[in-house]
Amino acid sequence: MAVTTLTIDEVDVAVEAGSTILQASQEAEIRIPVLCHLEGVSDVGACRLCLVEVEGINKLLPACVTEVSEEMKVHTNTPRLQEYRKMIVEMLFAEGNHVCAICVANENCELQDLAVEVGMDHTRFSYRFPTDRDVDVSHERFGIDRNRCVLCTRCVRVCDEIEGAHVWDVAERGEVCKVVTGLNQPWGEVDACTACGKCVDACPTGAIFRKGVTVAEMERDRAKLEFLVTAREKKEWTR
Amino acid sequence: MEWAELQEWADQARQKRKNIRVYCCTSTGCQASNSPAVKKAMDKAVKEANLGTEVQVVSVGCMGFCGQGPIVEVENSQDPNHYRLYEQVTPEQAPSIIKGLQGEIVTATPGNPNHPFFAHQLQIVREHSGQIDPESIEEYLAVGGYQGLHHSLFEMSPEEVVQEITRSGLRGRGGAGFPTGLKWSTVAKMPPGQKYVICNADEGDPGAFMDRSVLESDPHRIIEGMAIAGYAVGADHGYIYVRAEYPLAISRLEKAIKQAKRNNVLGTQIFGSAINFSVEIRVGAGAFVCGEETALIASVSGGRGVPRPRPPYPAVVGLYGKPTLINNVETLGNIAPIITKGADWYASIGTGKSKGTKIFSLTGNVIYNGLIEVPMGITLREIVEEMGGGVPNGGQVKAVQTGGPSGGCIPADQLDISVDYESLSAAGSMMGSGGMVVMDQDTSMVGVAKYYMEFCQEESCGKCIPCRAGTVQMYDLLKKLLAEEATAADLAQLQELCDMVKATSLCGLGQTSPNPVLSTLRYFESEYQDLLQPAMSKV
Ligand SMILES: Cc1cc2nc3c(=O)[nH]c(=O)nc-3n(C[C@H](O)[C@H](O)[C@H](O)COP(=O)(O)O)c2cc1C
Ligand code: SF4
Ligand code: SF4
Ligand code: SF4
Ligand code: FES
Ligand code: FES
Repeated sequence: MAVTTLTIDEVDVAVEAGSTILQASQEAEIRIPVLCHLEGVSDVGACRLCLVEVEGINKLLPACVTEVSEEMKVHTNTPRLQEYRKMIVEMLFAEGNHVCAICVANENCELQDLAVEVGMDHTRFSYRFPTDRDVDVSHERFGIDRNRCVLCTRCVRVCDEIEGAHVWDVAERGEVCKVVTGLNQPWGEVDACTACGKCVDACPTGAIFRKGVTVAEMERDRAKLEFLVTAREKKEWTR
Repeated sequence: MEWAELQEWADQARQKRKNIRVYCCTSTGCQASNSPAVKKAMDKAVKEANLGTEVQVVSVGCMGFCGQGPIVEVENSQDPNHYRLYEQVTPEQAPSIIKGLQGEIVTATPGNPNHPFFAHQLQIVREHSGQIDPESIEEYLAVGGYQGLHHSLFEMSPEEVVQEITRSGLRGRGGAGFPTGLKWSTVAKMPPGQKYVICNADEGDPGAFMDRSVLESDPHRIIEGMAIAGYAVGADHGYIYVRAEYPLAISRLEKAIKQAKRNNVLGTQIFGSAINFSVEIRVGAGAFVCGEETALIASVSGGRGVPRPRPPYPAVVGLYGKPTLINNVETLGNIAPIITKGADWYASIGTGKSKGTKIFSLTGNVIYNGLIEVPMGITLREIVEEMGGGVPNGGQVKAVQTGGPSGGCIPADQLDISVDYESLSAAGSMMGSGGMVVMDQDTSMVGVAKYYMEFCQEESCGKCIPCRAGTVQMYDLLKKLLAEEATAADLAQLQELCDMVKATSLCGLGQTSPNPVLSTLRYFESEYQDLLQPAMSKV
């Protein structure tokens, strides 16, 4: 096995040649935030959360698709990167409906976790929601609420690359982009769907969900409600 | 085919040309002002005057002076002094123009061929535009067509062709200005096997129509350039990716490809050599992002036209995973003359690092607008004030926008800069593909920034978050500014967004989308400040 040595945040790392910076950092147990990356399917470098700085290179590079090279010096968490990541997460929250309190994925959501990770407590950007992103519950077992979709295309890739059904794809462009099923048909009418549920598992947010199940399993955290009440009454917003 | 045979072929084509040629522009611009009817009326007038043996009415491509169309030009090979240019010609004026050949007074509006609009030009890519019938391979042969290809195939090795292009100093005209020879040699060095050449004729920049005009006016020139490129890099197949909004360019290209195949300058064993090269057209639906090379490749191969991260570059992993050379229309239009006239000739034109000419579509608040091809190093002032005639009604130039949505505004006090890749980018703008919009004193620069941001947010492919969501947020902030509802904090946020979107976007569209904002902020910051609320707040 050919080995490449590099440093990530001043830590010496040796990885198999041809690995990505993301793989190398995982090996070194250095956490780089990701959203569109999903182990086992191809990478698209779309969410830009994994951008890192590499000494001697002006541009920021996406760790998920950039291969390591000998003696590369990678910085994964500079103040500049922290600020950009925070803005990216804020923009996602401004783009759709991310009112976690009423979401099936609450406490089981990668976007929510990312918000915590980058230290985002509110968004500075103007809300775009509501838009005409529709909800489709025509499938007998699953549903999609496009208002909670972040367009990571993980569903598109698992369905195409693992299940081989290619039910999902992206339609439109810019702000009105959306994931569609079949030829933009109701999901329930798409014959190609094998109802395997891989897209449900792949989805990082509450956009694709199992009907009934997630809500039924949801644990209610009474302490949270108590906190909200105290916060409102005593104007104490931190715990 | 032997060299002598090609010469003979060209001579025959030349002999078919009549002494007096009446050129009627039938490109898109003039068609819009009824030029096909003018051409028809000319034909009829020649017939009625019984001049059919001497006079030939030729449907030609764009002469550049589109703003004054339909344009008619009369050329007499026996009498070079008898050269006439007419503007805004109507079908009714046709008989008078033909009678003018016999000395009668012409009622059509004469144009001035010595006008700076023409005098300052140097036509290399456009040398045949308006001079030959784009739908006839014979006409192209008559002006020396396909001699560059013949010369490459029989007198030069592929390496020599690449070297010649490298030495010429030609840089990509599609926007980034990447050295063409370097790109060719990268593809050429890839191991032998299937390779492709793609001609990028997507031309998505608002207001730009250089590439369309070249394709409509001289399609064989592009095909010849592609075939030379194919020989040089070892590709036997090419695609022209052209947007569906260019139907005339598409139909003229289709005709040209058929003629080229029939005459064995395309296809298998070109000119009897061992070289094969074929060309296919791919029609794109017309998305700005599809001009980005990786998105274009995805679109040609039948996928959704969205960019992917580079590396790997198309030169290494391109169409169907094979090494692919992508060049812009205008870049390819420079190839044949470089081969026939030599790299030294080409390199003698232009500035130190920007060789040759560049085509611009000059529009906005100028008296004369249209297409111009100028040597690099000409000043912006010469273009705007002399060629374009300045702002109409005695107005003042405020700024010139170059480079389209990826470019920026150059203020009037910098009009003396040299038009070349380095100078334009030092001024905070860029060459881009060649849009040039002149703005007068009444233009709101914040409004200009908003216009380009609106374009970018609509054309963003939506794949990556900074561009998809960031351009929308920037557009909102610009709207808010113009509605006089923004505060200093909003302006600061706009600046932060510019910085972030530029640094984090996946492809060139997002990476350059803040440029119109940044360049107007650089030169016209007070206009932003003046819109802030409360009115006195300053950052
Ligand atoms: C958003 C975007 C749009 C582009 N549009 C075009 C275009 O319409 N035509 C073009 O030739 N190049 C366009 N380009 C540049 C191409 O990606 C590519 O660099 C060029 O075609 C290479 O050819 P050249 O080296 O001959 O310039 C675009 C780039 C970006 C990022
Ligand atoms: S998808 Fe995640 S971030 Fe969005 S509302 Fe649901 S829990 Fe919150
Ligand atoms: S539905 Fe879920 S997995 Fe699919 S693109 Fe949206 S957020 Fe990603
Ligand atoms: S920068 Fe814009 S156009 Fe380019 S990939 Fe990202 S979203 Fe698409
Ligand atoms: S994880 Fe790398 S860009 Fe999304
Ligand atoms: S279109 Fe006729 S001169 Fe340009």
